[in-house]
Amino acid sequence: MGPESEAGPAGPAAPGVVQAPGEVGTVFELFRKSKYFTVQPESKREIPEGLWIKCRCREILFSKDLSRNYKVCQKCGHHFRLTAWERIELTLDPDSFVEFDADLEPRDILEFPGYAQKLAKAQEETGLREAVVTGEGTIGGHRVVVVVMDAHFIMGSMGTVVGEKVARAAERALEKRVPLVAFSASGGARMQEGILSLMQMGKTAAALGRLDQAGLLYISVLTDPTMGGVSASFGFLGDIILAEPGALIGFAGPRVIEQTIRQKLPDGFQQAEFLQEHGFVDLVVPRNRLRDTIIKILGLHQQGE
Amino acid sequence: MPTVFDFEKPIYELETKIAELKQFSADKGLNLNREIEVLEQRALELKRSTYGNLTPWQKVLIARHPNRLGARDYIDNFCTDFVELHGDRAFGDDPAVVGGIGRMNGYAVTVVGHQKGRDTKENLVRNFGMLHPDGCRKVLRLMRQAEKFGRPLVCFVDTPGAHCGIGAEERGQAEAIARNLMALSTLKVPIVVVVIGEGGSGGALALGMGDRILMQEHSVFSVSSPEACASIIWKDAGRAREAAEMLKLTAQDLLRWGVIDEIVPEPLGGVHRDPEQALELLREALFRHLDEICRLDRGELLRTRYHKYRAIGNL
Repeated sequence: MGPESEAGPAGPAAPGVVQAPGEVGTVFELFRKSKYFTVQPESKREIPEGLWIKCRCREILFSKDLSRNYKVCQKCGHHFRLTAWERIELTLDPDSFVEFDADLEPRDILEFPGYAQKLAKAQEETGLREAVVTGEGTIGGHRVVVVVMDAHFIMGSMGTVVGEKVARAAERALEKRVPLVAFSASGGARMQEGILSLMQMGKTAAALGRLDQAGLLYISVLTDPTMGGVSASFGFLGDIILAEPGALIGFAGPRVIEQTIRQKLPDGFQQAEFLQEHGFVDLVVPRNRLRDTIIKILGLHQQGE
Repeated sequence: MPTVFDFEKPIYELETKIAELKQFSADKGLNLNREIEVLEQRALELKRSTYGNLTPWQKVLIARHPNRLGARDYIDNFCTDFVELHGDRAFGDDPAVVGGIGRMNGYAVTVVGHQKGRDTKENLVRNFGMLHPDGCRKVLRLMRQAEKFGRPLVCFVDTPGAHCGIGAEERGQAEAIARNLMALSTLKVPIVVVVIGEGGSGGALALGMGDRILMQEHSVFSVSSPEACASIIWKDAGRAREAAEMLKLTAQDLLRWGVIDEIVPEPLGGVHRDPEQALELLREALFRHLDEICRLDRGELLRTRYHKYRAIGNL
């Protein structure tokens, strides 16, 4: 759980109460977590839980410093995954964000074994109702509608509610005639909602099609990871596609590809830089420059100002 | 030797027995008509009960039957003056997808479809109907062409999914699929889609959105192939049968969810048991839907298409 988790998005007041990065939750948390920071497994830890976090470059980082540095490792530049609310905090102007459809909640429509429990667990652990938070606000003074995914919620997979929230966000951008900015972070379509998940690819693409025909700007920011049904729908439909350094981006997962072709994949395969080299990402932008880059792009879409 | 699945064995055994009995009766000049009639009646009942109660996994097997008709079979039978058009004008020609122009029920149409091979050799060429980005882009090119000339679009869906591999990723599999979805949702001509075998994941959807979605009785359509789903959820592709039961991938399920518009009946036992009849059954349904949507106002058509996709999953 990140330090922001207690201030999470459970209530409608969430946007206002999100803590600034760098603040540690409570005194209790400080003591509780510091007890076992020394025995944390050293790998795969992406969500900072204690005071210390070990990066995959083996550097031990003080979580306060990490948060101050946009959750980017000072040593190797590794971009840790952000929660949706951390992303909103980093990107939007303070106190400008108003959430849409906060009450929409996924259901186990297909009665897929284990899904109801999985949802409950993800909700409890993240404080989110679904893997995406949508809303409107301003970035550098520009009014925008934003879509922000959270990979900590069932790997950001897209089921009916994620699809619906993204489609509604696109429709609201159209209605208000403002740009749409989406931050993807997803393993793809959610298996547990079967064909209905697949159809969300069509739904989001259709909503973005209307935005496109109306001549409105859509900036898509691909963050780690953006795969499968999300990259193959709204992820890659941006007029401008940005990506964070090192983010895994593609259609099929590396494990599936390795199993299919029975050979090891080259280093850097499906990473953001690879996508830029192959012409599928406009620009890889480090997190500390992302907000400014988005502001610049938004500004360039206002003629004569 | 035809492909016979385990659950079909009692039917084949009975049919073999009937054939033997007929032969025997002819050879010996004996009148066994009454006995044969009884057995034939029994075989029919057995077929009806077997094929009327297929499990999802059994449907997957029938949908993948090697003798099932493919896109080219339907195109050749339904179209006059078909001209195949190749290539994406960018990288190459993906044999996993066929496309072209022809005349169908009086309308000049653009037609595209996933194409599996009829045998191992052709399957290797056609990559089992698993398209690369170049296949998606060939379809996109033909869609745009259809729009330019005001031709309705007919799509045949039959693929386990988009190809997984290095080249496919390098050339933007995800981007190619995404572009097709946006194009299909906004294309200003009528679109009829028929799922004729298996529809797996984004690779199927890239040819699978439209004004009318028809599915043959024993075809399947799902978020991923059962093997891929089992591999994602349990890291064990061997549990595909189980995944098939959970995915709700049959035509009957999809009609219930409002994802498709009509189920097209198949001959008893599936398309492969009576291709001629299968062709007639699909011809009737496809031509009827094509005719209906071609008569609709284009603005109305696009609005209806949008709302159809907007509504899916809002239960």
